[in-house]
Amino acid sequence: MKRIRLSKTNRINFATYGGVILAYAVLQFLNGGGMLSSTIRGQLVPICAYVTMALSLNLTVGVLGELSLGHAGFMSVGAFAGAVAAAALPITSDPLRLAASMVIAALAAAITGTLVGIPVLRLNGDYLAIVTLAFGQIIKSIVENLYIGIDDRGLHASFLENRIIFRDGGRMILNGAMGVNGIAKISSFTAGFVLVMLVLVVIFNLVDSRAGRAIMALRDNRIAAESVGIPVTKYKLMAFVISAAMAGAAGALFALGQNTITANKFDFNTSILILVFVVLGGQGNMWGSILAATFLTVLPETKAMRGLADYRMLVYAVVLILVMLATNNPTIQDFINTKFRKKKKKGGAVK
Amino acid sequence: MLIFLNHLINGISLGSVYAIIALGYTMVYGIAKMLNFAHGDVIMVGAYICFFSVSSFQLPPAVGVLLAVIACTALGIVIERLAYKPLRQATSLAVLITAIGVSYFLQNGAQLLWTSNIKMFPSFFSSEPIALFGGELKITIAAIVTVLACVVIMLGLTWFTGQTKMGKAMRACSEDKGAAQLMGINVNATISMTFAIGSALAAIAGVLFCSVYPTLTPTTGSMPGIKAFTAAVFGGIGSIPGALLGGVLLGIIEIFAGAYISTQMSNAIVFAVLIVVLLVRPTGLLGKQIREKV
Amino acid sequence: MSEQQKNSYPKPKLVPVPSTNIIPERDVDKRPILECRHLGIDFGGLTAVDDFNMAIGRTEIAGLIGPNGAGKTTVFNLLTKVYQPTRGTVMIDGRDTAGKTTIQVSHMGVARTFQNIRLFGNLTVEDNVKVGLHEYTKYSALSGILRLPSYWKKEREAHEKALELLSIFDMQDMANYQAGSLPYGAQRRLEIVRALATQPSLLLLDEPAAGMNPSETAELMNNIRKIRDTFQIAIMLIEHDMNLVMGVCEGICVLNFGRIIAKGTPDDIQANPAVIEAYLGKQKEA
Repeated sequence: MKRIRLSKTNRINFATYGGVILAYAVLQFLNGGGMLSSTIRGQLVPICAYVTMALSLNLTVGVLGELSLGHAGFMSVGAFAGAVAAAALPITSDPLRLAASMVIAALAAAITGTLVGIPVLRLNGDYLAIVTLAFGQIIKSIVENLYIGIDDRGLHASFLENRIIFRDGGRMILNGAMGVNGIAKISSFTAGFVLVMLVLVVIFNLVDSRAGRAIMALRDNRIAAESVGIPVTKYKLMAFVISAAMAGAAGALFALGQNTITANKFDFNTSILILVFVVLGGQGNMWGSILAATFLTVLPETKAMRGLADYRMLVYAVVLILVMLATNNPTIQDFINTKFRKKKKKGGAVK
Repeated sequence: MLIFLNHLINGISLGSVYAIIALGYTMVYGIAKMLNFAHGDVIMVGAYICFFSVSSFQLPPAVGVLLAVIACTALGIVIERLAYKPLRQATSLAVLITAIGVSYFLQNGAQLLWTSNIKMFPSFFSSEPIALFGGELKITIAAIVTVLACVVIMLGLTWFTGQTKMGKAMRACSEDKGAAQLMGINVNATISMTFAIGSALAAIAGVLFCSVYPTLTPTTGSMPGIKAFTAAVFGGIGSIPGALLGGVLLGIIEIFAGAYISTQMSNAIVFAVLIVVLLVRPTGLLGKQIREKV
Repeated sequence: MSEQQKNSYPKPKLVPVPSTNIIPERDVDKRPILECRHLGIDFGGLTAVDDFNMAIGRTEIAGLIGPNGAGKTTVFNLLTKVYQPTRGTVMIDGRDTAGKTTIQVSHMGVARTFQNIRLFGNLTVEDNVKVGLHEYTKYSALSGILRLPSYWKKEREAHEKALELLSIFDMQDMANYQAGSLPYGAQRRLEIVRALATQPSLLLLDEPAAGMNPSETAELMNNIRKIRDTFQIAIMLIEHDMNLVMGVCEGICVLNFGRIIAKGTPDDIQANPAVIEAYLGKQKEA
């Protein structure tokens, strides 16, 4: 008789699944009973989108160990690909159309991620961060100058200026810097929940597999990973593209829950906001990302925080700095350890 | 041809501003091995201080610039002490995220203090350009001042790092902090000094940038900051002549891309150039290869 | 160690080819696992290693010694292609490694440890070994994500193999510890296990006994022999502990200022005036 042993990691993973399912059930129940304020109800889909964004960025930052400052760029690609797909796809069932749009969005973001990743991932550290930032800006510039319309002959696109000539019945979908207007709101909280669960399954199962170990090995020590024959570029790209695809799906979920989206919504500030979620939740810590993304999305919308809206970003900035100091300064860490974790055993000396 | 020359002069002028900002990035990176993301926002603070000195307190422009330099120098030192010094041993990821936090803090602090309304930066220089070739080639005074300032700063810094004791200490720290400390160099003071110089230059760059692009908002610094960092990487981060070369080339590329390719895509083209440069020559045009010790 | 143990291996024979002169008798007629010819590298204007010629037998334990800064670790970095050589060739099992990367050399059967330990500090001990087993637990990332049968099968194999390898150093009980939190000696041993997991034919150990006390060193010495006997592989080690080098190595190569100054059996090396001079300085004429 074999005994099944649950490791600490497995326990945390199952607790995370359970927590998300519980939160979904409770919110659905409250919503059904009409006990949620309209502001919170309006935030349910964005929360799921931002949670997915945080989880996917955590794959790049926490698991792969590379800083990406252009993650909103992939969300942008997914949002616009999803919005165009939802407008163009001849599927009448809303949930199916949403699912198909999200798949197309994830594919579009994955392709963009591959195109970005192949050159970018040859670089390391700060350089990689800056180049992802640059790509985020380039993606924004491209979307702002892209025009896509549809008529009975199919999709039409033009770049830099609107040169689309429609036959009768045609209409614009993406109108350059004006973005997409009049989106059919087909996103639902349930769809968001399913997406978050899927993303969690993919991340947890990936991390606890041969590929995930290789990714974390090259995070911990690239030279040692090469010395045992791990193909570094392949696994970097794998993590990066999976992360991009998830961000694309999140973008589509987000876009299809809004009336209007513009490229401005997915700028550098959004990339930073998602990074804040990841850093506050803890790098590599998935439930931390979920909590941070949820609270920081809901908090500014609550009545108590409305009055402080002006200070919100300032508070974020201060908290970000303080968290980094508290988690990375040896003196402060020793202080915290001695004060709060007296029982924690210290590891052996490491040269 | 004259239009081409006009664009070239505009490009060199804009590039000179980038070069001055890039110097701050390059010097700090050379010594502290960190990307001071908040550098661009120090530019904005400098511009605001100069703006208020001149428009609200009616001080002469020179005094305004001086005040901006002093305030930014102090700001640079304070940022270094509070946010970066405790992280000397931390990973570059942690330091970079902290720097992003500082950048956000400065932007949002400025927004609270000075609101996000656009301030029109006053013109310190005669708006009457010098006309050559019967008025076909116009060179603004601001452009000439910017280029001159850049050249003076560059010569000054080259002299400073090459000849003075403090400058030599800086170069020693950038090579090997441990060895420098053993030779009796005060490493912390040297790093503070580097931040001070970089921030003072940022103040000057802020004033010069706003003289050309006079719309001042709390996010004014971020784009030129990012581009100047691009310029520093382009020229080879850590190298002072590299910052000059990278800055000027980037300025020219930006103006030409806007003039001859597409105005909307000029930023995208600048970033595309950065990516290509990093891929072809990851250490930049004049950068040194650093080997990881195995 | 006892005299009997020391003599339980045949004495190496001197072979009259300059690059293959310290191969033990039992390996002489077989193709050497490693052969370096005129290997050299310059950093800028500085020649770090020059004209390095050496061959190692298929089951030999060879030592690379020399004063600090002699270029020993640089030789390892050249063998594993962390640095690309400026001159000369490195043959692994008769195959040229010119133009190969670190990863490809690893796949050719060279594994190493590092002087400054390079473990995957945030992973568990078992996962560190499983990363070493990467090439032998092949299943696609997708079957990992979808938890297909191949995942369960290969993971079980990897788990068993990892524990088996850890048992060489009696480390099975530490399998679930975080690698970075292990004591220093255990970290060094784990690095060796991880290297062995790649199933090398040549194992390079960079100062395996650094920071160990005499009893740990003696145990390590036995383990090095045990590894060679069990896996029938060649081992090349850099070490400053002369008891270990002289006790376990069959052939020794002495490096000074990037050049080989002596080669031979432990007895030859101990008696070699050039080696004594390199370590102790030139004796003044009385």
